[in-house]
Amino acid sequence: MSDDAIVRIEGVTKTFAGNVTVVDRVDLRVGRGEFFALLGPSGCGKTTLLRMIAGFELPTDGRIVIDGEDMSTTPPNQRPINMVFQSYAVFPHMTVAKNVAYGLKVEGVAEAEIGPRVEEVLNLVKLKGYGARLPNQLSGGQRQRVALARALVKRPKVLLLDEPLSALDAKLREAMQLELVRLQHAVGITFIIVTHDQKEALSMADRIAVMESGKIRQLDTPERLYEYPSNRFVADFIGKMNLFEGKVVTREGARLLVDVTGLGRISVPHEDDIAVSIGVAVRPEKISLYRARPADSAITLQGIVTNLAYLGESLQIFLETESGNQLIISQTNVSRSGSGAPRKGENLWCSWQAADTLLLQD
Amino acid sequence: MKRIIAPLDYSRRWSLRWVIVATTVFLYAPILILIAFSFSESRRLVKIEGFTLKWYEKAMNNDQLALAFANSLTIALINTIVATALGALAAVLLWRFRFPGKPVYEGATALPIIVPEICMGVALYVFFARVGWPSDWIWPFNLSAIAAAHIAFSFPFVAMIVRARLANFNRELEESAKDLGASEWQVLHDVVIPFMKPGLIAGALLAFTLSLDDFVITFFTSGPNTVTFPIKIYSMVRFSVTPEVNAASTMLIVITLVLTALALWMQNRDKPGAEA
Repeated sequence: MSDDAIVRIEGVTKTFAGNVTVVDRVDLRVGRGEFFALLGPSGCGKTTLLRMIAGFELPTDGRIVIDGEDMSTTPPNQRPINMVFQSYAVFPHMTVAKNVAYGLKVEGVAEAEIGPRVEEVLNLVKLKGYGARLPNQLSGGQRQRVALARALVKRPKVLLLDEPLSALDAKLREAMQLELVRLQHAVGITFIIVTHDQKEALSMADRIAVMESGKIRQLDTPERLYEYPSNRFVADFIGKMNLFEGKVVTREGARLLVDVTGLGRISVPHEDDIAVSIGVAVRPEKISLYRARPADSAITLQGIVTNLAYLGESLQIFLETESGNQLIISQTNVSRSGSGAPRKGENLWCSWQAADTLLLQD
Repeated sequence: MKRIIAPLDYSRRWSLRWVIVATTVFLYAPILILIAFSFSESRRLVKIEGFTLKWYEKAMNNDQLALAFANSLTIALINTIVATALGALAAVLLWRFRFPGKPVYEGATALPIIVPEICMGVALYVFFARVGWPSDWIWPFNLSAIAAAHIAFSFPFVAMIVRARLANFNRELEESAKDLGASEWQVLHDVVIPFMKPGLIAGALLAFTLSLDDFVITFFTSGPNTVTFPIKIYSMVRFSVTPEVNAASTMLIVITLVLTALALWMQNRDKPGAEA
């Protein structure tokens, strides 16, 4: 079977003692050279899935195929896969160079080859000249680079990263996001990253699998996940979302007529079939605010500003409509003066395009 | 305005100094007096007169004392090696594995720390007499009963120290070594044991000093031909506290101090690697 998937996960289930199913019949293919993210809230099974790929947990059911070879029960030290741990797990009693060389040493790589390879990879992660240092002489970010170098020097087929940025401060985290993408392009190795931070996943990954309760809820590119979430969980987990309850009335060609609580009857473009009871959603930044009723035929609502949250680059406006719906609207702070910004208690109109409306089932 | 000073405020330095002076005097005054008298010319322990090293000379020329000292050192060395190994193994076993009866085993190994030494001494005395443990072997094998007794009461201390160290071990270190291709033995040798090292050194030091100055248990397990240093000093003191005893005790203190300093230095030299 010709296949460009480097990792194939087929019906993998993991049940722990006490019949707790953490990963539930997951199917997944990760392509060669892909930057893949497993995203989900804590306890969704993403780390367990990653640990099964690494070999630290064995699947209760299903197969894990790596580069065409069934490795479901292969021990971790025999898999062509390396991992960057959440705590980095840099060996404290070894120098940076010894840490990086360790994987090659136990593999039995010739001493003469180890030196140059360690040098090369230390250059790659921008730790040139740090070889003789001990881990406790390094910053958190540098220690992470050591963990990266130590894994990359083995030239694995897949690099696994378990919440690699969670221990770094916000500024460094952003820099490391770009750095990881640069590294991945430089080495061309498949990266699978586990994260609970949607921003991290969106900014780095080619494709993201959003997990909940051991199942993959949606697998897509960052843009598709954000703009076209396929269910309420994904819509709510990624970004912010205004959600209404609705009922489908009828289909009109490529559009659906929907009765929405607090909104009235709207017409939304939607090709696929959908259940009768649905969620109607719109992203906060898709909504525009007006002091007078807008003239166009978009979806329009009136409400009172109940609260404001200043976020620096944007302003969040909390609007309560006459029917009691709460809306979040996001406005970019384009000008410095902030004049004309909504004030608390103000009565405003808001509207958005029907095409920006999402219909979500389950 | 009057400054408000909290009871534990550092600016109440006079009280701090008082505590420091009081505790130091309390701890070291007897030892300092002992050391001072060991250099005194006078035979009577009333006042210090002049300076002499003759008591040291006398102590070193006392063959019985020298033998007792050699016995003590030998026992302490054997005890250190065996107790450290046993204690480390028990610690790894308790840390790494789950097995039936683990809480019972855990309690059983910790018991010698709690049981009064006198009870253990009597028990060992009865035990060795009952099994007819030979005490007429050639030196140093005649010390085996005392060595065994010392190992029995000191290895739980080693296990406790090493286990406390292992409790801070980050399991991801082990997993990452395995992930990089290491076998179980390589993980143990390359990652776990280096991590345990400060605990092993501290444990070995404790085992050594516990053995070197043990009196109670040794008293019950030693015979007329297997006298240790503390026992010998005790029997000398029973006649009279001579400056010779002071000199011998001072030498023991110096040896202990030097060894402690050495062990601390070795531990500190390892400090860069000590953090997880």
